Amino acid sequence: MKPAAFDYARPRSLSEALELLARPNVDARVIAGGQSLVAMMNLRVASPGLLVDIARLPDLGSATEEDSTVFYGACVTHAMIEDRIGPDPSNGLMPKVAETLAYRAVRNRGTIGGSLALADPAAEWPCVLAALDATAIIEGWNGKKAVACRDFVTGIYETRLAAGEILTAIWVPKLSPEARWGYVKLARKSGEFALSLVVAVRDPARGYARVVLGATDGPPLILEATSRLCGRGRAEPAAAREAVAADLARAADRQFDAFRHSLHATAALRALTQATEAAA
Amino acid sequence: MTAIRFRLNDADFAEDVAPRLSLADLLRERHNLTATHLGCEHGVCGACTVLVDGMPARACLMLAAACDDRQIHSLEGLRDDPVIAALRDSFHRRHAVQCGFCTPGMLISARDLIQRGRAGSEAEIRAGLAGNLCRCTGYTNIVSAIAEAAQTVAAQGKAA
Repeated sequence: MKPAAFDYARPRSLSEALELLARPNVDARVIAGGQSLVAMMNLRVASPGLLVDIARLPDLGSATEEDSTVFYGACVTHAMIEDRIGPDPSNGLMPKVAETLAYRAVRNRGTIGGSLALADPAAEWPCVLAALDATAIIEGWNGKKAVACRDFVTGIYETRLAAGEILTAIWVPKLSPEARWGYVKLARKSGEFALSLVVAVRDPARGYARVVLGATDGPPLILEATSRLCGRGRAEPAAAREAVAADLARAADRQFDAFRHSLHATAALRALTQATEAAA
Repeated sequence: MTAIRFRLNDADFAEDVAPRLSLADLLRERHNLTATHLGCEHGVCGACTVLVDGMPARACLMLAAACDDRQIHSLEGLRDDPVIAALRDSFHRRHAVQCGFCTPGMLISARDLIQRGRAGSEAEIRAGLAGNLCRCTGYTNIVSAIAEAAQTVAAQGKAA
């Protein structure tokens, strides 16, 4: 289908973009790569009045490195991450994730910030960034604020972004060289949205471990017991199963049928194993 | 209306477009470039894949208004491209075209796989084609044609 009519603006600066978003009585939406938004508009599940195109704003399109952090502009594409254009804070986790995300033609345009800001419950980046303890940078008229990615997504397509604000950047702390990760995406076809998605990160040098479950019809779910177990290293299979089962049972707001429960448990156990295997 | 300037198949254009016009409709309706096929119009089928600044993109998910200052190639503009020439030849001989609807998108994606060195094995080619649907399910011939074209291109590279 074709989208309903809308206005389009491509501001030259962030302040111009914020000004456009602040216009009264206009249902304005930010567009970056448009790989989800335009599809939603074509299906007429979204019909904004004004699109504010930030894809080519200066400073949003590259990743830069500081001592302990990599700073991603919101419009860094999945393909740039896949191709390791720029620094990688994640010992290969982020390039691996990017490679499994949709299709190359989509990855060439879709952006990390767009994916996080849309907060599709089955999307990869909200989980991965929560697992890496990343921070989202939000800019609006009243300045800049930082929100931990683990708290950024609040529901299905719901985030801490308020009207008129733009997610401009994501800070990802660097893993230590010996840190390990696990990533399991279960989908029936390569590139599809996940039926289950688990990211496990273990960085003993920083005393950090976190296991996050996605594709649960809600925000990314931090598996607390599994995370603690992950931090202790290789677990007995029975203890691992018990921790995962306890975490899934505690997620009382999610409705897992037997099939999804089984997928989530399997994905979590596999990701935990990957993250706690001895280095090759 | 939004005024855009863009390069299409190596020629320059300046046009006014409605914001809701997709790149696919710009190509098909205004420029009569009908190799770009529209299947699903929400980014799943891959039939509308074209090159934007040299990289594959879904023409159905790209607003024409966002193509200002960009370089577009549809399949028609790749007539003399050596990788497309190798693919055209192998698709023909290996009968990798059944109804032909998916073929333009397949060729653009296959060219990208070969150029990025991602057409080295059947598994790699199949993974790389996940975003291009063929509902005749002629994948077997398509995959073998791409593998052959990749070898042809590699041999040409060595000979050159």
